[in-house]
Amino acid sequence: MSPLSELAKTRRSSELVLGLLAAGIVVAGYVLVALSKTTNLPADLGLLCAIILGIFGVAHLAVRRFAPRADATLLPIAVLLNGFGFVVITRLDRDRLAGTSALAPVQAVWTAVGIGAFVLTLVLVRRVRVLGRYRYSFLLLGVAALLLPLAPGIGSEIRGARLWVRLGPLNFQPGEAAKLLLVVFFAAYLVDKRELLKAGSRRVGRLFVPDPKHLGPLLLAWGLSIIVMVMQKDLGSSLLFFALYTAMLYMATERAGYLVIAFGMFIGGATISYQLFAHVQTRVTTWIDPWSVSQGNGYQLAQSLFAFGTGGFAGTGLGLGSPQKIPAASTDFVFAAIGEELGLLGTMAVLAAFLLLIGSGFRIAMQADRPFSKLFAAGLTMIISVQTFVIVGGVTRVIPLTGVTLPFISYGGSSLLANFVLIALLLRISDETAAEAETPRPAGAAMQPANQARAR
Amino acid sequence: MNPAIRRVGLAVTVLILALVAQLTYLQVVDAGKLKRDPRNVRAQIRDFSKPRGQIVTSDGQIVAQSVKVDDEFEYQRRYPLGSLFGHISGYQSFTLGNTGVENVYNDVLIGRDARLQIGSLANISNLFAGKQTIGNVVLTISAKAQQAARDALGDRRGSIVALDPHTGAVLAMYSNPSFDPQPLASHNSTEVSAAFSALNADPANPALARSWRETYPPGSTFKVVTTSVGLETGTTTPATEYPSLRELPLPQTRTTISNFGGATCGGTLVQSFVASCNTTFAQLGLDLGEKFPPGTNQFGIGSPPPLDENPKAVPSQGPTAGTFATAAPQFALAGIGQGPVSVTPLQMALVAEAVANGGVIQVPHVLGSVTDTDAKVIRSAETKPWKTAMSPEVAATVGDMMRRVVNDPNGTGSAARIDGVTVAGKTGTAQNDGADGKPRLPHAWFIAFAPAEAPRVAIAVIVENGGANGTDAEITGGKIAAPIAKTMIETLLGLLQR
Repeated sequence: MSPLSELAKTRRSSELVLGLLAAGIVVAGYVLVALSKTTNLPADLGLLCAIILGIFGVAHLAVRRFAPRADATLLPIAVLLNGFGFVVITRLDRDRLAGTSALAPVQAVWTAVGIGAFVLTLVLVRRVRVLGRYRYSFLLLGVAALLLPLAPGIGSEIRGARLWVRLGPLNFQPGEAAKLLLVVFFAAYLVDKRELLKAGSRRVGRLFVPDPKHLGPLLLAWGLSIIVMVMQKDLGSSLLFFALYTAMLYMATERAGYLVIAFGMFIGGATISYQLFAHVQTRVTTWIDPWSVSQGNGYQLAQSLFAFGTGGFAGTGLGLGSPQKIPAASTDFVFAAIGEELGLLGTMAVLAAFLLLIGSGFRIAMQADRPFSKLFAAGLTMIISVQTFVIVGGVTRVIPLTGVTLPFISYGGSSLLANFVLIALLLRISDETAAEAETPRPAGAAMQPANQARAR
Repeated sequence: MNPAIRRVGLAVTVLILALVAQLTYLQVVDAGKLKRDPRNVRAQIRDFSKPRGQIVTSDGQIVAQSVKVDDEFEYQRRYPLGSLFGHISGYQSFTLGNTGVENVYNDVLIGRDARLQIGSLANISNLFAGKQTIGNVVLTISAKAQQAARDALGDRRGSIVALDPHTGAVLAMYSNPSFDPQPLASHNSTEVSAAFSALNADPANPALARSWRETYPPGSTFKVVTTSVGLETGTTTPATEYPSLRELPLPQTRTTISNFGGATCGGTLVQSFVASCNTTFAQLGLDLGEKFPPGTNQFGIGSPPPLDENPKAVPSQGPTAGTFATAAPQFALAGIGQGPVSVTPLQMALVAEAVANGGVIQVPHVLGSVTDTDAKVIRSAETKPWKTAMSPEVAATVGDMMRRVVNDPNGTGSAARIDGVTVAGKTGTAQNDGADGKPRLPHAWFIAFAPAEAPRVAIAVIVENGGANGTDAEITGGKIAAPIAKTMIETLLGLLQR
């Protein structure tokens, strides 16, 4: 392997410093949780340090080896959010109900598996556009993964939503993988068809209205979302897929008309499902007024709001609140647990981290040379964006609650695994872009660096 | 594609800013309201999962303490003395909320009291040693006095309140039946609910702190108030002669008030007081007229005594101001502690205290001091006046009359005599009706203070429906309640001597 270029060196040393900083914050949080109950440092502090440094170290070395020019911020932010989530889960474990098992050790194992998948993705996916070649395979796999929980025998329903697949002792959500698989397809498909989709629209006043015959794919995505919602009772994923597809369609075509139509379809779908499905009605009524049903359907949301309020500006302190009062505090409502114990300072810090992650993602998308890479990177970033907004908005009563995980922070192996793969893919795109900028290029691509400079 | 990506990025940023706005609203603007919402149990949980100071008697017995347990809250409250201090200590209950001293001095017990915090800050090493800043509440009541009160009442329903007349410190305060707070402090809410329902279903109502939460007609013990107000307002003097009557006709009606047993009774005010003539004090009630209600208010009647307990003390009732013109007979009845008059045992102990303490009623309190974990006293109860019932001169006069009730050969309170100690007191036999409106056996009352020349104890005793009907009725207070007061005074003086 050739020695690292200047850019690669700068980026990797930034990543190392930022990663160590993130690890330091995580370790400090872990110590605080222990000190909230005892005067002693946690006995396994050394072990934790070793694990977190090991995990970050492996990931960092993998990036250094396989994507040396990649963006320096993604991995440290992922480590920070993941490690911080681990701290919160450790803290929730302490006050867990008698008879339930600790989640933190499982989450630690999944983190290790996630890092493994991260490294494997960097190793296997050397050129991201290769993925685009198998777009229809990804589509099939994605739809299959999405519908897998409905299969009799292996599908299982937990807390009202049929999202899980049970294989022996393993319980996982194929929907998490479906997100990534479908983004590959969407990106490849839309890049293929974008000229057609652009051209096939008529100008009506200031707006380009797509030709009805090109609305087929949009209708298909809409239909898929409805199926997910009806069959699996999973509002969150349904919303995520539709928003993801619509945003990608818009980014590919730059035609706002699609947004207008998609919004109309969303309103239509939402209205119909509100009329038809009791669980949708419940979500909306508890969103409008959680207080009158604070002992019933609104209990979870009311507890969440109490948690935020009790936390106030500075929080009760890690380990000193009662986040265990919120049902599902380690998964969907982990942000409320953070809000209670770390206050507005904590929630702002977490949102800032997400905003940085999302910003880096979009920057990578804008800097990328190839349309597929651009759209793929933007799509991956949209997954994080929509999930963050949907779940944080849900637990803070900005929008009706729909259960999705808070990326990297919530307890859950499938989600963690998918998110680490997502980060690896973004890093791969970032590395490709930088590599192409470094190598002398044929004349046809000469415009790209200028474009890139502007994008910055 | 870049402009569209940028716009999408911008849209995402705007959405996240909406989250920022909502979080700021929840965690800053609306935080106080959310924090205090009664459905938000977080503050309670926090108090529960911390060690909590002890409640101890003045003689060092543990009334309440926290022991480490292996459950959600980590600490379990224990009440080793059970029902002896049930009403006083109350309970720390997650399900029901805290009552009693557990409620009133919660901040001290969990260490949130500012004085404890300052004490802890002064010694900065505490911060690092993980030393707790919790406070212990030392009561003014001794376990021995409380036990004596329980023994004296036996299985009779009633109440005993004994005060230090100079400081307002409660020396004993027990009402029978009482209850054991332990089941209510359980962490198992089903157990708590069951215990609470059983407690409330009990017809004897053991959960009721009769001493400061129940009012009764005081009967003749109230003549102490009538006399004091009469003397204070110049409506009467000790030498004022009252006719010897069998019964006193009441204005505006065809009814009469008669003396106990239909006896003829009268003479000077002092003689009438010693013999407890109803006709004299009913007449005095009428003579006082509209001067009567404000006079009783001077004793605190009409206001809840500021006792440091929870639930709070209820106010006692006297004659209603502004009603003399239309309801004069009520003032006659009030003069003998019947009719509109309804008082707590605590209030009657405060009446005895007023006479014993030169007319001044101190704020009654069960808190003796707050100590830190090193048993160092952080704060002591302050003596604060609550009401000035009468002048020292009137107090001395009335005190002398009370002394004669116990010590004169024909006094109704002779059963309270103690060898070597001069007791001053007043008996009472209060007619009362049951819930069905039918008369029930009279309540037996006795209020007293001792030693008469230098009072150290003021006391009120009531035995509910403790009297007998018929001719024995008049001596009910003297026969049933006075001996209890005697025992209590002996015990308390014995304890104070040491």
